[in-house]
Amino acid sequence: MTQTNHIGKGANRVDGPLKVSGTAHYAGEFNVPNLAYGYVVNSPIAKGKVTRVHAEEVLGLPGVLAVYSHENVPHLAWFDRSYKDLLAPGGSPFRPLHTPDITFNQQPVALVVAETFELARYAAALLRVDYEQEPHETNLGTKRTEGYLPGGGKLGYAPPPPPRGNPEKAWKNATHSIEAEYAHGAQHHNPMELFAATVEWLADDKITVYDKTQGVFNVQRYLTGVFGLSKDNCRVVNQFMGGGFGSGLRPQYSVFMATLAALELKRSVRVTLTRQQMFSIGHRPNTLQLLKLGTNPDGSLAALQHHALHETSLFEDYTENVVNWSGMQYKCDNVKLGYQLAQLDVYSPQDMRAPGAATGNVGIEVAMDEMAYAAGLDPLEFRLRNYAERDQNVDKPFSSKKLRECYHEGAAKFGWDKRPLEPRSMRNGHLLTGWGMAGGVWDAMQMPSRASARLTADGRLLVLSGAGENGAGTYTIMTQIAAETLGLPLEAVTFELGDTDQPQAPLQGGSWTAASVGTAVKNACDALGQKLLKLAQKQKDSPLQGADYDEVEFVNGQLRLRRDPDQAVVLRDVLQASGETEVEADSTALPNMLKQNGYSLHSHNAVFAEVQVDEDLGTVRVTRVVNAVAAGRILNRKTARSQVLGGVVWGLGMALMEETIMDHKFGRYVNHNYAEYHIPVNADMPDIDVLFIHEEDDIVNPLGVKGIGEVGMLGVTAAIANAVFHATGKRVRDLPIMLDKLL
Amino acid sequence: MYPFTYSRATDVADAVRDKAGHGASAYLGGGTNLIDLMKYNVEQPAHLVNVAKLPLSKIEDLPDGGLRLGATATNADTAWNEQVKQRYPMLNQAILAGASPQLRNAATNGGNLMQRTRCYYFYDIETPCNKREPGSGCSAIGGYNRIHAILGASEACIATHPSDMCVALAALAPTVRVSGPNGERSIAFEDFHRLPGELPQYDNTLTEGELVLSLDLPEKGFAKNFTYLKLRDRHSYAFALVSVAVGLELDGDTITDARLALGGVAHKPWRDKSAEEMLKGQPATAETFGRVAAHVVANAVGQGSNDFKIELARRAIVRALQQATEGKQQASDAFLNSNP
Repeated sequence: MTQTNHIGKGANRVDGPLKVSGTAHYAGEFNVPNLAYGYVVNSPIAKGKVTRVHAEEVLGLPGVLAVYSHENVPHLAWFDRSYKDLLAPGGSPFRPLHTPDITFNQQPVALVVAETFELARYAAALLRVDYEQEPHETNLGTKRTEGYLPGGGKLGYAPPPPPRGNPEKAWKNATHSIEAEYAHGAQHHNPMELFAATVEWLADDKITVYDKTQGVFNVQRYLTGVFGLSKDNCRVVNQFMGGGFGSGLRPQYSVFMATLAALELKRSVRVTLTRQQMFSIGHRPNTLQLLKLGTNPDGSLAALQHHALHETSLFEDYTENVVNWSGMQYKCDNVKLGYQLAQLDVYSPQDMRAPGAATGNVGIEVAMDEMAYAAGLDPLEFRLRNYAERDQNVDKPFSSKKLRECYHEGAAKFGWDKRPLEPRSMRNGHLLTGWGMAGGVWDAMQMPSRASARLTADGRLLVLSGAGENGAGTYTIMTQIAAETLGLPLEAVTFELGDTDQPQAPLQGGSWTAASVGTAVKNACDALGQKLLKLAQKQKDSPLQGADYDEVEFVNGQLRLRRDPDQAVVLRDVLQASGETEVEADSTALPNMLKQNGYSLHSHNAVFAEVQVDEDLGTVRVTRVVNAVAAGRILNRKTARSQVLGGVVWGLGMALMEETIMDHKFGRYVNHNYAEYHIPVNADMPDIDVLFIHEEDDIVNPLGVKGIGEVGMLGVTAAIANAVFHATGKRVRDLPIMLDKLL
Repeated sequence: MYPFTYSRATDVADAVRDKAGHGASAYLGGGTNLIDLMKYNVEQPAHLVNVAKLPLSKIEDLPDGGLRLGATATNADTAWNEQVKQRYPMLNQAILAGASPQLRNAATNGGNLMQRTRCYYFYDIETPCNKREPGSGCSAIGGYNRIHAILGASEACIATHPSDMCVALAALAPTVRVSGPNGERSIAFEDFHRLPGELPQYDNTLTEGELVLSLDLPEKGFAKNFTYLKLRDRHSYAFALVSVAVGLELDGDTITDARLALGGVAHKPWRDKSAEEMLKGQPATAETFGRVAAHVVANAVGQGSNDFKIELARRAIVRALQQATEGKQQASDAFLNSNP
């Protein structure tokens, strides 16, 4: 080990000081000169038409600059494809202010722009908009028999694999069988930071956009498509985010509105959404799931059927992978997976942390618990008996899979072996204790990504990649990768991201950032390393003469021979001797399809949870959680642990409190604020043990990293639901498990 | 949010005069509720009189053995006041069960009495609400009403009063001293808030321009056998689905005096004096508690999503009476150990 061996250690966040000192700037905080402010007006009806926008009544207020609506919006791009961002599903993307038609409640219908935010907000309150209302439908329950197969999926969507074996016959003939329906309502991402866009107007048709987004290149693509700007004239920047969780994967109407106003008014404009308006953007869809499982006499799975139906908008076929996981998670030869959508008068759902998997995981993992009890087996033993050594969906081995170790180490840490099988068997007065467990699986993905690296004569390394950072630790791990690759201390390295002037990186999502951007950063640094080796070898009497790149190493600011570390040169000296002021290299990293093709690539985890339920009052308190994660190489133990802690918070919220309530009479969400949409607070959180199970995998990518953002959340919700059953003997199948369901 | 003018009052008379001199105006305390409501366009005062700095922040002994809580003392300073902790621990518990430390640091005692319902529809100006816009209808009836009233509601309004502090106050029965254009007067706490009836726009019985000066607690504080039990959808920073404040005096196993008030169930903190009378002279047993609890909810009416609150309230009353008898507090809540 050396001082420049950084990967895997728990380095502090390199961006921490900027954040805690208020010097990290978020999208709504760029105070560019001559800024005007926009405030959005939203529809109070779910379906119908805008018949009149009484703009003239507020345009007379001194300081009000403009009112934009479908009545006066300038001619924009005509074809749907211009509005399709990288994650647009099949259908026609929503076009703000495009027509008088209302297709969902809280649809933005106008933008008021004024000299100050307060004035824009006031004028927006005064703006009268007339509507013609039509009947709407927002209740998924009315669409049970109207599900349809999605027409076109979005990036990453995989239709369920075809059935295998004879699942219906096997289910009917099973020794033990269960059939159950599971449901959860809509959920919203609720990041702390509101959506905001500050568009700096530089010249005619030339802008810089500071936007809250998980993909600056996606926003650039959208804005250039819709407004006909050239890429050179539309720079998009996002260096910091106060949480995204998927809400920032697609461009939101805030950036459309701010750009529209800036181009029209020829001045800089900011639009910030309110907390209420944060419920007018995408959400995890209201979903119904039907599970049918059956077992053989030996406790092996005889049949597995998993069908899901979820809502989408009238205009897009939003898709996510809900049921596919069930076909790969357990060994079973008779499997049928089904997935359908139903259209409602709501806005399109949107990827939300572990999209699809978080939903399907609750279905399969609660059903597996029910099945274990029907078969008289311990839920962990039941899973071990049905352990999948191969991914039967695609009939391939896993590149690596340490789920068994997750089960064993998690169970040992938790003390699972002391668990009595019978529900309601651990009691202390009126408190019933329950232990539950569940597993999870997520894709290990790598997307094409670019990065550049530049070493200057002062010994400093600057690495760039236009990636996104939602707070997970990307700045830090990229700094670690770059510093280790070129043998530098962390302090000598600066990593910058979130700017379309930088090398292109993928959307920040899917848990693929560490693998994708990390590999690009490593490649760029290696490319730079090769240049440095050549420069070093040009020097007279260089001790590295004739050495190949794989015969040298970068350690402690030196470049040296692996077989004889005394033969070394100092990097800074190399640059000075060469007369160069800087050396730069860039690189593109692509997934190695040749290597990956024969394998199924996934991360796994196992979660064990303890709850205490007040038998009389129905209150649930989660008292312990152990989350054992096998996700390849862990780049930073500290930020990785934090990310998994956050995943547990999310899983707990989904289990016990999160739900956006639709009032079907109005077709409108009613709890659209932080006081009534409950996410967990500190007082809800138990002690959490995070275990990382060592996993080496050189197939997924050269770094061996799989990503942990999504998998850390999986299993948590189901483990808590299963623990509640173990405590009370009561099976709650519609989330969240609020106290009235246990009375 | 609508534009408004703003002034800071120097004394009570100045505040009352200033408010009377403006049309649609409001007193501003900690602002933890009023400012939110202004941002939602629910409240649209044209003028705010800041009363937070009036010299009303003292907590001091009264000659009759009681304790005066100044109207501008913060909720936090009140909860952690030594006299309150020693003599009225039920009030300490109730205050700390509400909101968050940040909010309690800003919120005032007077403002706590004046806070408005958390009804979803009251907060959303795009939906009808008789409390916000009399005559427009009640969206909560037949709508989503998980947090709504089961006792004392009307066909015009099923909103609940959201305060925790006020539930303990209802049990402790202070008088509310107020001042207004017609001078000073005292209001019994039970008469301060009102049921909705046909005028749900009025939360309380204050007349135009009246300002809360203090809460004058009587000597009896039920400091030995008391409890504040709060049931909610998360363990902090959530309003009560049902809460129960209980104070008992016991002679051996016999109840000699009792106070019982509920939160989250009605348009006002719901003190049940007939239940208190039922408790007096009875043994502190599960049988007694069950009988009294059934009596309290005998006339409760559910509205659909809140039907469960009838049974929950019944069970919560039993539990609260047990806890008070045993001198125990609500188990395992983080705030119990968070004395700064």
